Amino acid sequence: MPALPPEPGPEPSPLGDRNALMGVNNLAAEVGMIEQEHASIIGAELKAQGDPEAAAALAKRKLGLPFWIAIGFIGLLTFLAVFADWLPLADPNEQPRGASARLEQSLPPFSYRVDGTLAPLGTDSLGRDQLARVIYGSRVALVVGFASIAIGLVIGGALGLLSGYFRRAVDTATMASMDVLLAFPALLLALVIVAIRGKGVVNSTIALTVVAIPTIARLVRANTLTFSQREFVLAARTLGASHLRVITKELLPNVFLALLPFIPLAIAVAIAAEGALAYLGQSVEPPQASLGGMISQGQPQLEQGKWWVPGVPILVLVMLLISLNLLGDRLREFFSIKESAL
Amino acid sequence: MRRGSATKTLPTPERDPNAPLLEVVDLRTQFRTPRGLVRAVDGVSITLGRGRTIGIVGESGSGKTVLSRSIMGLLPRSNTIRTGSIRYEGREIIDLDPDEMRPLWGAEMAMVFQDPMTSLNPVVRIGRQITESLRLHLNMSKSQAEETGIALLSSVGIPEPAQRMREYPHQLSGGMRQRITIAIALACGPRLLMADEPTTALDVTVQAQILDLLGEQQAERHMAMVLVTHDLGVVAGRTDEIAVMYGGKVVEHAPTADLFANVRMPYTEALLGSIPKIDDPSHTRLMAIGGRPPDLVNPPTGCNFAARCAYAQERCLVEEPPLVEATPGHLYRCWYPVGSPENLEIRSRLTEQAPAAERPEGVLDDADVKVDPGAWHETGDV
Ligand SMILES: Nc1ncnc2c1ncn2[C@@H]1O[C@H](COP(=O)(O)OP(=O)(O)O)[C@@H](O)[C@H]1O
Ligand code: SF4
Ligand SMILES: [Mg+2]
Repeated sequence: MPALPPEPGPEPSPLGDRNALMGVNNLAAEVGMIEQEHASIIGAELKAQGDPEAAAALAKRKLGLPFWIAIGFIGLLTFLAVFADWLPLADPNEQPRGASARLEQSLPPFSYRVDGTLAPLGTDSLGRDQLARVIYGSRVALVVGFASIAIGLVIGGALGLLSGYFRRAVDTATMASMDVLLAFPALLLALVIVAIRGKGVVNSTIALTVVAIPTIARLVRANTLTFSQREFVLAARTLGASHLRVITKELLPNVFLALLPFIPLAIAVAIAAEGALAYLGQSVEPPQASLGGMISQGQPQLEQGKWWVPGVPILVLVMLLISLNLLGDRLREFFSIKESAL
Repeated sequence: MRRGSATKTLPTPERDPNAPLLEVVDLRTQFRTPRGLVRAVDGVSITLGRGRTIGIVGESGSGKTVLSRSIMGLLPRSNTIRTGSIRYEGREIIDLDPDEMRPLWGAEMAMVFQDPMTSLNPVVRIGRQITESLRLHLNMSKSQAEETGIALLSSVGIPEPAQRMREYPHQLSGGMRQRITIAIALACGPRLLMADEPTTALDVTVQAQILDLLGEQQAERHMAMVLVTHDLGVVAGRTDEIAVMYGGKVVEHAPTADLFANVRMPYTEALLGSIPKIDDPSHTRLMAIGGRPPDLVNPPTGCNFAARCAYAQERCLVEEPPLVEATPGHLYRCWYPVGSPENLEIRSRLTEQAPAAERPEGVLDDADVKVDPGAWHETGDV
């Protein structure tokens, strides 16, 4: 078995890699769909209120087993990522040294190292522990994904609520600037921000927050527009509520509930985008692990038939994305209702 | 035609305990639209004393909602022109901006809306919706507000009020929900309650209960009430006086008993003919008055009811009838009022000309108007 020198993955050209871009660009289509569906969701809930049959159909809705499996997987990965420092894991960045180093590179899952320790998910092309790296890589993905959407929800949500409630000048100005942001291809925008600010978890988060804000703002605004027309807003005003109170106490709970199914989907898109950034070598600085970085670094091992090296991070990333999507879809269905039931 | 500037500069005197609670003088509300200026409320004057009730009646589109919202200052300010005078306890409030009106809303004047499905927040617990204004206006503590809220719910006839506080609106029936919106409106003890078609969205069976509840609360609290409805049957016997609106104008205004006993305006007469019988199924169309309400952008010259009026004469198309006082307190707008010799003459001419079946819609002969004044007074004057 010829020993291979450790080699870093080739740096692919950012714009040449269509696959990496796809995930991000799907967001717009996805959001458009949600926006359309939303009206019918509200309609269904309203109709159900007056109609015992529809109410019964609503009560019968179940989230189902796949939903709980998805929750389980996300929960497990989050737990591992949060408590990684306290778990009995190998050092994710430690490379084997000395004469036996080459023997410990690109080991398949369930292999033992020379010293007899188990590498449960094998090792990468530098002999580092894949399990530890995949957990620390997931930590980056989850932190960036959750944080960018959380901050995006706060900023984009505030902008959307203000535009949708006050309309006119506020709306025109906000939405015009959001359209400018939306006009840039999302990943390109993220790459530019990272290029300006440098790599790292914080800057990746900032980049993806900026990418997420316009979409979230648009979605929140659309919902706010519909809810503002509802009489309970006027009713709150007739009781002396201030604009701030109406926005935070009357509109926000409604808008948030309407947005809930969208949140896992948005996190999935952000995680995919972080993966793409990392794949392009633009997320965290090596040797820190990231899922996208592991994939691109492991890619050359495919030619050696060692598919498990990129396979492990790909599997984790794909399962995470599928779980998040499933979560969002089930939530959406849960809040929606089959038209036939009405 | 602009008459707003003069009234806007009127000094705003402080509250005058001797002034009527609400005094609306020549109120005009117009909307700027691409079609032109919509004259939704066109010179309405109303005076309402403390603890008194007035019914505002008219077909849909006659400007009742715009009138009640204008009085409360709830219309969006852009593209809306409001002129005239609205005095609350002698204080001019027409030129107050929303921030200046806010202390009045809820505490002094409150509103009950048509549809409790949409006027309650679907995702907020009933408890919080009712305690909100108590804490805001009366600075109550959380537990105080909670207690008051429960007391309010039981006073509007809601069983197990403590449990209801923790529920969401969709867990209750339409009638219960409307009781809750009434409790919310009454929470801070307003002295003026606007009820805009409070029973229109409800089942017929609960309509009377809700109206009774409003009447009880109004009397108990000595609260003035504006009861807006398209149904004369709703206000009969439940209000002190009635103003009939048509095309943004008050066309007849009288004490309730007087209005039913001595209808003067042909439009009111036609409305009386369209009171649904109590055993009508819920959403049947009222016996409509033939024709359409007047265009509010280009109102017709002369009487605005002329196009649909059975008694319309040449003069009605040219000259607008003024609001005149027939007997003390009974005002109407008509050149040939019902019961007048001129009207009787027109009537007899019409019956001669066409056999009953072929008469144009809206013509009523005496036999058609079966108003038993006693029936309207069963609950008596409050
Ligand atoms: N914001 C608005 N802009 C333009 N026209 C309006 C507006 N609000 C109400 N209107 C018009 O004013 C008229 C009176 O409406 P409304 O007061 O709702 O009637 P009602 O309550 O008696 O059924 C209607 O013709 C309506 O189209
Ligand atoms: S003024 Fe003429 S058109 Fe108008 S209501 Fe009287 S009779 Fe009819
Ligand atoms: Mg109305």
